[in-house]
Amino acid sequence: MDIRFSTSAAFLLFVCCLLSQTPGSNGEVPPKPAGSVTILPPIKPIDGPQAYPEAEKASLPVFTMDYPRIQIPFEVTLWVLLASFAKIGFHVYHKITVWVPESCLLISIGLIVGAIMHSVHEEPPAVLTSNVFFLYMLPPIVLDSGYFMPTRPFFENIGTVLWFAVVGTLWNSIGIGMSLFAICQIEAFGVQDINLQENLLFATIISAVDPVAVLNVFEDVSVNEQLYIVVFGECLFNDAVTVVLYNMFTFVADMPVVEPVDVFLGVARFFVVGIGGMAFGILFGFVSAFTTRFTSKVREIEPLFIFMYSYLAYLVAELFAISSIMAIVTCSLTMKYYVEENVSQRSCTTIRHVVKMLGSISETLIFFFLGVVTITTEHEFNWGYILFTLLFAFVWRGLGVLVLTQIINPFRTIPFNLKDQFGLAYGGLRGAVSFALAFTLPDNIGRKQLFITATIAIILFTVFLQGISIRPLIEFINVRRTNRNLETINVEVHCRLMEHTVAGIEDLCGQWSHFYWKDKFLKFNTRILRKILIRDSRAESSIVALYKKLELQNAMEILDTVAGDISAAPSIVSLYDEKKNPKPKAYLAGDLRNMHDILSKNMYNIRQRTVAFTSKYSLPNDRHTKEILIRRHASIRRSLRPGSFQNSNVSKSQKYYSLPAGQSLESRFSPRRLTQTDDRETMSEAAYPITNWRSRSSQPTRSSSSRAMMPLKRLDTLKEAVSVDMLNENKEDSGSRAGTTRSNSSSRDSRLPAPRRQLSPPREEDNGFSDNLINVHHEAEEEDHPSPSPPPAWAAEPRDNANRNPLLRRPQWNPKKT
Amino acid sequence: MGALQSIPGHPEYSDLSDKTGFSFEQISVLHKRFKQLSHNEDTLHRDDLSAIPDLSCNPIRAQIIEAFFDQRNFSPSEEGTVEEIRFEEFLVVMSHFRPPRHSMSEEQRESVRKDKLRFLFNMHDTDNDGTITLQEYRHVVEELLSRSGALGKETAKSIADAAMLEVASISVGHMEPDEFYEGITFEHFLKLLSGFDIEHKMSIRFLNVDTTLCK
Repeated sequence: MDIRFSTSAAFLLFVCCLLSQTPGSNGEVPPKPAGSVTILPPIKPIDGPQAYPEAEKASLPVFTMDYPRIQIPFEVTLWVLLASFAKIGFHVYHKITVWVPESCLLISIGLIVGAIMHSVHEEPPAVLTSNVFFLYMLPPIVLDSGYFMPTRPFFENIGTVLWFAVVGTLWNSIGIGMSLFAICQIEAFGVQDINLQENLLFATIISAVDPVAVLNVFEDVSVNEQLYIVVFGECLFNDAVTVVLYNMFTFVADMPVVEPVDVFLGVARFFVVGIGGMAFGILFGFVSAFTTRFTSKVREIEPLFIFMYSYLAYLVAELFAISSIMAIVTCSLTMKYYVEENVSQRSCTTIRHVVKMLGSISETLIFFFLGVVTITTEHEFNWGYILFTLLFAFVWRGLGVLVLTQIINPFRTIPFNLKDQFGLAYGGLRGAVSFALAFTLPDNIGRKQLFITATIAIILFTVFLQGISIRPLIEFINVRRTNRNLETINVEVHCRLMEHTVAGIEDLCGQWSHFYWKDKFLKFNTRILRKILIRDSRAESSIVALYKKLELQNAMEILDTVAGDISAAPSIVSLYDEKKNPKPKAYLAGDLRNMHDILSKNMYNIRQRTVAFTSKYSLPNDRHTKEILIRRHASIRRSLRPGSFQNSNVSKSQKYYSLPAGQSLESRFSPRRLTQTDDRETMSEAAYPITNWRSRSSQPTRSSSSRAMMPLKRLDTLKEAVSVDMLNENKEDSGSRAGTTRSNSSSRDSRLPAPRRQLSPPREEDNGFSDNLINVHHEAEEEDHPSPSPPPAWAAEPRDNANRNPLLRRPQWNPKKT
Repeated sequence: MGALQSIPGHPEYSDLSDKTGFSFEQISVLHKRFKQLSHNEDTLHRDDLSAIPDLSCNPIRAQIIEAFFDQRNFSPSEEGTVEEIRFEEFLVVMSHFRPPRHSMSEEQRESVRKDKLRFLFNMHDTDNDGTITLQEYRHVVEELLSRSGALGKETAKSIADAAMLEVASISVGHMEPDEFYEGITFEHFLKLLSGFDIEHKMSIRFLNVDTTLCK
């Protein structure tokens, strides 16, 4: 009892002290721990429970405690929680994470905790053993990077990525190892006992780069795709290479004599291990994809297959002592595309979340632990060796990038320039994997302590110094950037057009590059793979996928406004804004009809195709599709609450839908979301990605979102009515989707000449864009009055016919409606 | 690639090299390919190009082939199409796909960019009136989607429509209800794709090595 209470109390104290510290600027962090140390004597029992065995009594105990039984999971849970709380803490004050990478903060927190533990003479929990690391901590990290690898740019640059990952790592390991061996010969440093094998082993450990922090920075400043993907891929495959080399060298380090034939065997093994891992990965990837073909009835366990198969790939690869990292990476790369088509939207989201979560927990723990270990373990400081390690790591990395780029550049369509090379070289931070490898070194390595110390030194040096300075440097030297936030249909269309053109021209001049192979693979994929692996194997162009996505977003916002419009009143300010920024992002009403058709047909299998660049610490921005469900429930609830609405207003408000043709519905509806308060609980998560998306999509939308408030007042009633209809409709037609859709489209056709007219026939009256929206409204109102019968707006449709809104015709939703 | 050694027997290559920026090796490789395609004739016809087997599954095959016979792609001032092209024109069209040079000034990059975008624009603008009309746009989208089978013309149409609206909203901004956006002009086209890294993406690494035999 005593133990338990003090543990949790200590834990809470910990957390409180962490949370109170982190929001402050990082400059303030160091002085505080001194204070907290004094507060925390009760922490003493936390890790020394063995010292307090419960007194056993002969009689029947009324109350017992068996702490040793739960000790390990209990402590692990506390550590994970603590690390997670630390992460929450960082994001309370957002600016910290912009300037200081999260890994730095985690290490700092670890250092603080370590200092506390050290001051009370505690040992860190001995959980990080070689087995724990390789079997439980590493797979999530690698799965995370593998699963969220931006597939397309990766395959476009695969040669360079592998070149840097494999040859670069070898270069670094051998270069650093050899130079350190040379240093060891100098007597002044007193490290002559380190032989070549051990030096190579150590060099291998510290050549595993882990540029999560760099990738975050790259993403924020949106450096060019090529640089980004090379750094990303390098970090991934370089882990694989490092682990292979590590295993080889730990084996070799034991050998008394190394024969030349062993070197050849080593090289051969290197390839066997790498290619074998890949083969297993592909195998399991396909099996996994094939399995998900049949999971439509057991949606709950769908995500499980993904994890189990990738873990299985990992374990089987471990079993045969081939590269398990390669296996899990290729497995996730292979299955991702097919699995995401097969599983339901929710499972897809779940998979992504869990992959992200596990990966980031694992990494958080390692960084955290690094901080703790730095303080609490005995170090063997040999400054000469450590400083030379730092120097060589830096120099060889720089040299390597310089030389390797010179070799690879002639083979690249877009060669790397000096700035890119700087980014590559400077991005070589060392991280979690290095530390874990060093920490789990076998004990028969004579200078294990020195190696751990040197590894920690290089990690701290690179993570803090390079990690913090890379953002200003990258911004300063102005690396070529790519705009990644081009989610417009036009860009997608033209991108496709361009790719096809390039592929065609390549065919024409009888040459080929990745476009050629991509073409061939796509053909093979469509003809064979998709048929086998995907349940509904209709090929879908990425243009269509993007289109659907955009339309879904649009539709979602319309649904959303159903919920949002009641409480807030339009403000004068918004009217003013309206005049100032006449730049909406628009879909005309007429086109919304087509969108409806598409949506009604395709709502089931909307998938986001390409995961955009993702960092380890954030999920890809794919939440729109999922959130529609949440939003819809909110909207229904909302619509029920206000009760009845005057239908008389409807005809009036319909005009607004059709009115300013250039305006988008979205631009007009969005401000509501910002002001609504009622259904925060459900919407809080949902609102985020949308605002996010909007601000990305273009400035116009942003500004227009606030400007279009005026018409909203009128629209309220209509939309409320719509949502009531949605309910009815939901009750009525559950399941007969196809039939109603068809009948709808036919009946709708008769009603829709008006909106179409706006788009297609060329008209002469080009008044320029009016700044005065109000006038527009009036004009249009008058214009519409003569012909009130065909309301030229699709948003008004659901009013007329309950079955009309195909968006809502999604049988899956019905069960949730209760 | 920059190593310009004169290849004996082809003095005309130096002119072509000046004009198109290809190296001699690249020109000679392309020349071989040209001869192969034209069956050792001096000129190339549409039929020669449509006979290429690799091209047969390209959804926009027709546009690509047409681009080779479009005089706008030979020199900006001309118009109309031709029936046959010589090697020089063939090379000029190809030169639109040269990768940008290693280091470029901002103006050079802009001009390369414009050049490539103009090529794409011309592929859309079949009637050469300086704008991409909705019909032309729809046509292209239809072609692009033609391989994905299940999607009918309706989808292509609505996508083209939505894309057109997007253009209208990006380039014109607010529009009156009765306004009509008549088509994408080249300026709007540039604006539309302003963030798109086309100068790097729309490039082919022309090899110095002859690969015609490998096929």
